[in-house]
Amino acid sequence: MRANTWAGRNKVEVRDVPDPKILNSRDAIVRITSTAICGSDLHLVDGYVPTMQDGDVMGHEFMGEVIEVGPSVSAERLRVGDRVVVPFPIACGACAACAAELYSCCENSNPNAGIAEKMFGHPVAGIFGYSHLTGGFAGGQAQYARVPFADVGPLKIESELTDEQVLFLSDILPTGYMGAEMCDIRPTDVVAVWGAGPVGQFAMDSARVLGAAQVIAIDKEPYRLRMAAEAGHTPVNFEEVDVRSRLLELTGGRGPDKCIDAVGMEASHGSAHIHAYDRIKQAVRSETERPHALRQAILSCRSGGVVSVIGVYGGFLDKFPAGAWMNRSLTLRTGQCHVQRYMKPLLERIERGEFDPTRIITHTLPLDEAERGFEMFKNKQDNCEKVVLKP
Amino acid sequence: MELTAVTTIRKPAPEVYAFWRDLENLPTFMAHLEAVRATGDRTSHWVAGAPFGQNVEWDAEIVDETPAEKIGWRSTGKADVPNAGTVRFVPAPDGVSTEVHVVLTYEIPGGTLGKAVAKYFGEEPHQQLDDDLRRLKQVLEAGEVVRSDGAPWGKRARAEFPQRPAQPLSDDELAKGADR
Repeated sequence: MRANTWAGRNKVEVRDVPDPKILNSRDAIVRITSTAICGSDLHLVDGYVPTMQDGDVMGHEFMGEVIEVGPSVSAERLRVGDRVVVPFPIACGACAACAAELYSCCENSNPNAGIAEKMFGHPVAGIFGYSHLTGGFAGGQAQYARVPFADVGPLKIESELTDEQVLFLSDILPTGYMGAEMCDIRPTDVVAVWGAGPVGQFAMDSARVLGAAQVIAIDKEPYRLRMAAEAGHTPVNFEEVDVRSRLLELTGGRGPDKCIDAVGMEASHGSAHIHAYDRIKQAVRSETERPHALRQAILSCRSGGVVSVIGVYGGFLDKFPAGAWMNRSLTLRTGQCHVQRYMKPLLERIERGEFDPTRIITHTLPLDEAERGFEMFKNKQDNCEKVVLKP
Repeated sequence: MELTAVTTIRKPAPEVYAFWRDLENLPTFMAHLEAVRATGDRTSHWVAGAPFGQNVEWDAEIVDETPAEKIGWRSTGKADVPNAGTVRFVPAPDGVSTEVHVVLTYEIPGGTLGKAVAKYFGEEPHQQLDDDLRRLKQVLEAGEVVRSDGAPWGKRARAEFPQRPAQPLSDDELAKGADR
């Protein structure tokens, strides 16, 4: 089959690889009809996530048709021919983490848990196409994928919704939603979202759906801010204005009640010398993150507020504003999304028209053009917001 | 050498105990074991595998046992690597899970065999046992040892790092299996 693979730092390559087979009895094989490039794929390609290997099949946002199931998958749960969206965390459904619906912390799905444990203190779940630290599972930017624990994760789509309407239930819609949910939004809340990429856009939409009074979008790309504005959110361009001043102005001097970091480890900073400080530390590996968005969110948030982190961090960061966090009674909440928890309720919200996930899709390409898709997405060419690939 | 490890498994103590007490189950999750065969109610024959460079075999007997709580065993006769072990099954505070506490002791011999054993355990001997218990947890909670494309052979995941790429295995690789 054809598959998009990691070919070293800053390089992806669509190659011929073997077709996947059932390896565990609870596996299924899915013929992929739609898959997408995620912002977190860029962290892998940019070389900020360790334990990638040449030839790793990338991709963790995919859906398709079940063409084979392992002997332990019950027919009531899943059968050949079912149309499914596959959540990016691989979860066994039986451990204490899964029982607590903390699927991205599944204690059994990562065969390389020992390595993850060294890095993170405790292991994390397996993830499709997302380094060997999260298991070494082939990803979904391919014609076919093996889906472990297929009796737990995949969501059956039984309505007539298009791939484009449901594909993002695999990751970014639940991720954005969890970012907003962690904010415990009240009707009087102003919610500020750092990053108007796909996850940021969905965090904004989710904040609105959960009843926020106002949602603010912070980014530097005019087209991304325009996209947020068209969806009814208030744009702030951090290259044009001082973010803190603008947020104070928009909130009567209080600061946003809730702040969401939808940027993560590769942030840019409006001030060149501050960006350079972290970029250099990152380049010499004395810091793995460029946490500008997180720092600014903490400093901007209203006292007693919540800072919700859904942007991806992988290691260690520097100059964490612990004083602001502690002295102003801020709550910091975070997590890789527990996608399985949100898929069904969010599917229902899509069916009711509360979300239009298609609004962020700017490019649809054949799988064989994945390299061009990565290039456009990374360099924000041609107003690229979200690339969907068709195998 | 004494190794200790602990894990919590979301199954009641009698069930976890029963699985361990059937000693023939041990090779499904313990990396160094090729086979364990029960030779009597309390006696068994153990075979440790290829990483030692030579098949190491010994007889063992259960010397201490409280159902659902504890199993203690030790090698008997002239074992190449005299060893003993204890596993305790302790109900966890959540009321559904069981803490599994393991202690293994090995008398590492001199000579070539001793060197092979030391090399096998490497710089982090505890890691091996930690990984063994992780697989025990997978078997009991999830039904089997989890395999990925990068680490397709279960027990050998750690030994094979850096791994094969995270892309599907070819028919040849699958046919050859773990013994490449």
